[in-house]
Amino acid sequence: MAMPPLTSRSKTVVDKHRTFAERIYIPAIVSGLGVTISHFFRKKVTWRYPEEVRPRAPVYRGMHVLKRDEAGAERCTACGLCAIACPAEAITMTAAERKPGEERLYREEKYAAVYEINMLRCIFCGFCEEACPKEAIFLTNRLVPAEDLRKNFIYGKDKLLEPAPGAVDVSLRQTGAVAKFKSETGFDHNRVYEAADAERSPHATDGRVEGSRA
Amino acid sequence: MDILFLLEKLILGVVIVAVSFLIGMYATLAERKVAGFIQDRLGPNRNGPFGILQPVADGGKLFFKEETIPAEANRFLFVLGPGISMGTALITSAVIPWGRPITIAGHMIALQMADLNVAILYVFAAVSLGVYGIMVGGWASNNKYSLMGALRASSQMISYELAMGMSAIAVVMLSNSLSLKDIVAAQSGWHWNILIEPLGFLVFLVTAFAECNRHPFDLAECEAELVAGYHTEYSSMKLGFYLFSEYINMFVSSAMMATLFLGGYQLPFVDSLGLGPNLLALIGIVALFVKIFILMFFFMWIRWTLPRFRYDQLMNLGWKTLFPLAIVNMLWTAGVVALRGFH
Repeated sequence: MAMPPLTSRSKTVVDKHRTFAERIYIPAIVSGLGVTISHFFRKKVTWRYPEEVRPRAPVYRGMHVLKRDEAGAERCTACGLCAIACPAEAITMTAAERKPGEERLYREEKYAAVYEINMLRCIFCGFCEEACPKEAIFLTNRLVPAEDLRKNFIYGKDKLLEPAPGAVDVSLRQTGAVAKFKSETGFDHNRVYEAADAERSPHATDGRVEGSRA
Repeated sequence: MDILFLLEKLILGVVIVAVSFLIGMYATLAERKVAGFIQDRLGPNRNGPFGILQPVADGGKLFFKEETIPAEANRFLFVLGPGISMGTALITSAVIPWGRPITIAGHMIALQMADLNVAILYVFAAVSLGVYGIMVGGWASNNKYSLMGALRASSQMISYELAMGMSAIAVVMLSNSLSLKDIVAAQSGWHWNILIEPLGFLVFLVTAFAECNRHPFDLAECEAELVAGYHTEYSSMKLGFYLFSEYINMFVSSAMMATLFLGGYQLPFVDSLGLGPNLLALIGIVALFVKIFILMFFFMWIRWTLPRFRYDQLMNLGWKTLFPLAIVNMLWTAGVVALRGFH
């Protein structure tokens, strides 16, 4: 007769008749109005974004920064490891050779003439930062702002490079291992490039420097 | 003297229309703010402090939108529709008494455009015309959704207007006059009609929702089923007129409800304070507007609380619930009047 139930949890639905209170709607409407007015006075969850910034983790992975060294020279040597590490293939660069007299601008004799990150491709994983042997690229807790043209999301050095005075603090994203690596001044890339060195330079790499693929 | 009278009415008319437009404008913002707050959001807050320039921006946007008229549409009626809607929304306010008469330089000015002795009939006539705006617009669009919206609007009107009239008749029975001025005057002190016949107020309130095509009775524009109902084909400022007239309707309906049931500009205790007549009139105007704004807030509050009624549910409600309730209210009022002794 009746089809056997397909599951042990099936229930028979009862078409129960509505009571008078349910039929005149008013009690239900009043309780509904109570619900909505309680929401009216509730604290709003909205963050008024540009004025009010939601707290982010100090190690938040946001917009990248290309670091300078202590003397203000660009750290990036355009080795391309970040581009290789990048799972989203967001990074492209063009290397160039440092000319005599540009020692204040570029830390080593090879530098990135063009360095571009496509922020629409980037997944902010931080692999570029991990791959970088020169501590040149870091993710920061800054956000990539909205744009109305896709091409504006391709960030060049104009947007990525930190301003010469007013360095972007990335100390929280430098791990212990990184700090230790950095403190080993025996490595060439960790040498502080000072004005005194400028006279002695251009000093050639002595072959034991890692990361230099030139 | 005649010139003065004309001038006085002209100024009053311009002020009333301007205030209606201003309130209609800011009702759109208030609606979005209330919607936001009820949904735990903030609503528009980018244009000026608290978003007070939002209605200006919206209006400006509508003005600059491309105006399209469907090829198969009846052009004359298509243009006429929004005009009727807006016109009827505005003319109803002509008989509402906005306050006690004020005296300027020994000249008494009534804060009412026209004290018609058949004001209630006038209001119902104007209100019934309002649906023509929707019908004409919906029909002229030559679009099945628009036509269905128009159809719904007219059948909706048939089912609620009787109950609305019945509840208004009870008010007339109490005040013994069709003039809104007398109706308000009869409600001085605590003799507000809502206290005598709360059922009548309830019926009038529900029918006013239907009258304004507001939730939960906005079947005519029912976007879930009919795209946008009667104004599907409209764009630019013609659409703006339809949307805008809804808010002006809401304002005028609230003013009517305040006048008929909530004592209009009367405030129970102010008469005993011994204030000057002009100050008293000012307090009266403020009191009326506070009542209107509370009712308008209620309109919005209901909108963001209740789901839309189904087509047949509205008919059921109109004919089988509101109409009998209005008759019960009428009998109740008749009893009250009989007990009081005839006026």
